[in-house]
Amino acid sequence: MTSFFLNGKPVTVDDDPSTPLLWVIRDSLGLTGTKFGCGMALCGACTVHLEGAAIRSCVAPLSRVSGKHVTTIEGLSPDLSHPLQRAWIEIDVPQCGYCQSGQIMSAAVLLKENPKPTDKDIDEAMSGNICRCGTYSRIRRAIHRASQLATERRPS
Amino acid sequence: MSHLYDPYKSTSPLLTPESSSPLPAKTLRVPRRDFLKTSAAIGGGLCFAAYVPELAARPLKNSPANDGSFAPNAFVRIAPNDSVTIIANHSEMGQGIYTSLPMLLNEELEADWSKIRVEAAPVDAAYNHTVFGLQMTGGSTTTPSEWERFRKMGAMARLMLVEAAAQKWSVPASQCHVEKGVVIHNASGRRASYGSLVVAASQLKPPTDIPLKDPKQFTLIGKPTRRLDTPSKINGTAQFGLDVHLPGMLFALVARPPVFGGKVENFDASEALKIKGVRAVEQVPSGVAVIADRFWPAKLGRDKLKISWDEGANAKLSTSQMLADFSKQSASPGTIAKKTGDAAGALASAAKTITAEYDVPYLAHAMMEPLNCVVDLRPDSCEIWTGTQFETVDRANAAQVAGLSPEKVQIHTTLLGGGFGRRANPASDFVVEAMHVAKIAKAPVKVVWTREDDLAGGWYRPMWHDRFVAGLDGAGNPTAWTHTIVGQSIAQGTPFAQYMINKEGVDSTSVEGAADILYGIPNLQVDLHTPKIGVPVQWWRSVGHSHTGFSVESFFDEVAHAGGKDPYELRRQLLANQPRMSAVLNLAAEKGGWGKPLPPGRGRGIATHFSFDSYVAQVVEASVEKDGTVRVHRVVCAVDCGRVVNPDIVKAQMEGGIIFGLTAALKTEITLENGRVQQKNFHDYQMLRMFESPEIEVHIVPSELSPTGVGEPSVPPVAPALTNAIFAVTGKRVRRLPIRAADLVAGSGARS
Repeated sequence: MTSFFLNGKPVTVDDDPSTPLLWVIRDSLGLTGTKFGCGMALCGACTVHLEGAAIRSCVAPLSRVSGKHVTTIEGLSPDLSHPLQRAWIEIDVPQCGYCQSGQIMSAAVLLKENPKPTDKDIDEAMSGNICRCGTYSRIRRAIHRASQLATERRPS
Repeated sequence: MSHLYDPYKSTSPLLTPESSSPLPAKTLRVPRRDFLKTSAAIGGGLCFAAYVPELAARPLKNSPANDGSFAPNAFVRIAPNDSVTIIANHSEMGQGIYTSLPMLLNEELEADWSKIRVEAAPVDAAYNHTVFGLQMTGGSTTTPSEWERFRKMGAMARLMLVEAAAQKWSVPASQCHVEKGVVIHNASGRRASYGSLVVAASQLKPPTDIPLKDPKQFTLIGKPTRRLDTPSKINGTAQFGLDVHLPGMLFALVARPPVFGGKVENFDASEALKIKGVRAVEQVPSGVAVIADRFWPAKLGRDKLKISWDEGANAKLSTSQMLADFSKQSASPGTIAKKTGDAAGALASAAKTITAEYDVPYLAHAMMEPLNCVVDLRPDSCEIWTGTQFETVDRANAAQVAGLSPEKVQIHTTLLGGGFGRRANPASDFVVEAMHVAKIAKAPVKVVWTREDDLAGGWYRPMWHDRFVAGLDGAGNPTAWTHTIVGQSIAQGTPFAQYMINKEGVDSTSVEGAADILYGIPNLQVDLHTPKIGVPVQWWRSVGHSHTGFSVESFFDEVAHAGGKDPYELRRQLLANQPRMSAVLNLAAEKGGWGKPLPPGRGRGIATHFSFDSYVAQVVEASVEKDGTVRVHRVVCAVDCGRVVNPDIVKAQMEGGIIFGLTAALKTEITLENGRVQQKNFHDYQMLRMFESPEIEVHIVPSELSPTGVGEPSVPPVAPALTNAIFAVTGKRVRRLPIRAADLVAGSGARS
């Protein structure tokens, strides 16, 4: 048995502790917003937050998250209110949408650590996330826009 | 080159090309001349019966209309609470069709846009493609083929709702109008919402005369409208095939042969069965299936399998051998696909001739969502959940495996995590295999492909070799152009061969973009060799254009330089009788700053391509670093795709196609050695990433003509525009994709 916090709630699973977190989240806990793309930490579709850091859940064994806090796309905001989600809607970023959970989870950590990223900062933070539909230019615009929205929202 | 392997036999034992097409015979009835016309226009080449309007105009027998909704036809339902459900018969794979189709329908329905939701259609003849006569998505045809039908379906519903209100108020319908889903009597101002009229409207006979708006009155079509599917794609609720979960569902992976056409000789499952959670290991026609409680134990179990393979006839296939064979074949002309004037004579009398050979590799579709399929097979029925582009074909193939009639098989089309053609497989490979696994599982089962399975799984864009000879007159104008193409047919051996391959043996998709070039060259010959190779091949975003775009537009650039002409000016000159292409060419050149100074080290390249009835021109700015690394800085794209339904979606598709085409230009190739695919995952089949992604600018030429293709036409011109830019800055001509840094470092070959 392994226990951890998923989107703030305590969960306990009986998967083998070596099972990648991705499959525990998807198959055992039924949250399917986190995606399988490569299984080798090459595409970023499975990106989640572990104690606030972006990790590739397809190569993170369950044992690594024992007792810790994991956040998935479902836990980013209850109502699409996260600045990234608002910017993603405003700019209509997704096409097929399959990689977008991972893109947003990577971008969320970027913005938390660097509220005003430059294009170069975005390149560095986002280059682990592949989008086969080619939405990169919109992702870039939307991250800049989310950065603005987050500032606007902050009380002065 | 003669390793005869029929992938259809291997993956779908019940589907043999000539004898037993699984498609209903009545759909296969398009006269040849119509096919030729449509095929040339659509490129994808599939062509079947025209749709039957009466079918579509009727609600389905099992329509949920009996839930109290008003369902005047198969495409729209209106509920008492005013919510409007639009039933999409085309799959959403990123191209925005779950927004564009509702826009078409609601242009005429005039319901409140905020009340609209979209549902995937079940499989039914009512949902067949209006041109191809199958339920399917592909060939950049969704908007062009539904342009009229979806508006009519919306208009039909509106007419009936207005009539219902008019009867209720005892006034003529002509004295009422609609605003955002509310019928209003002009004179009295009486109002009735659509939801309040559903019972009365359901009693009315559908009108036979359904006039459509004058386009000048459009309020939705042509306006940038936010996609309806975005919210679900950014909070984890969007349901892709891989996300489907049924009670009691098992998971399976299949170990497939290391060589195409290989067979299981024997296998030892003892170690696999020791993995906790593994339920069964059994042979299926495509390999050995490992069935488990969850994905991960199935994966671990498969890793432990010991399988001896009979590798069959393809165990010696190698890319280097194929490259040599293709080049050799191209030295003599193949079957004539197009002949204008006397190319041989004109070459003989030309002041100057130039020759060049081009190569492009096999390419995998590599959708972000690997293939998967959920099957719940019961003794007398079957339900399938999968992201497919090919419902009618998949259902027919699945029904044959199940021994059921197609009507007993239902397919629930989920969202597709990318398609690019891979999910329209003529043999339904990923569905048929899942059916075989379901027979063993005796429970609902989800078959999942890993990325490695996907990349090694075949059904690639074919490898192509193109050999050109051009003759120039004394003034540098091309007078003759011959083009010999070598590559596999994607139609051969499929039920579609009879529609896509002419009696001389030319697959129209092998020569599209080459046999129909728009340039005015008086003496032209395009011919084709079609080797048979045991690598399964298939349509891949932009199909034949994905190779002809590169080779034709690169060689055109060579011709311009050989004649001492500016590549843009020569295009202008030879497109003088092509007003639509001339317009996009001029627009791209203007917006791309053709002829204007560039920062040192940067070059500009230009290319045009006509595909899927749309006209595209692109200008690329690129530079090459000392180590040969190519940097793409800017892509300017001009497109004429007829009337635009949603400009922002058109722009998004152009952007996406450009990244897709650049990935093929710069990154990807599938190669074989000893019959084995050499690429495993995204480390050796690399995708373009954010830091390599250029600034992209899209300009749409306004048009009042009918809509044409959008999903694919931006792919073909980007590779040649890039390699033409590389030539402009380095003087090195790239004739083989993907572009290799080693070819571009100082002192290397590849020079013109």
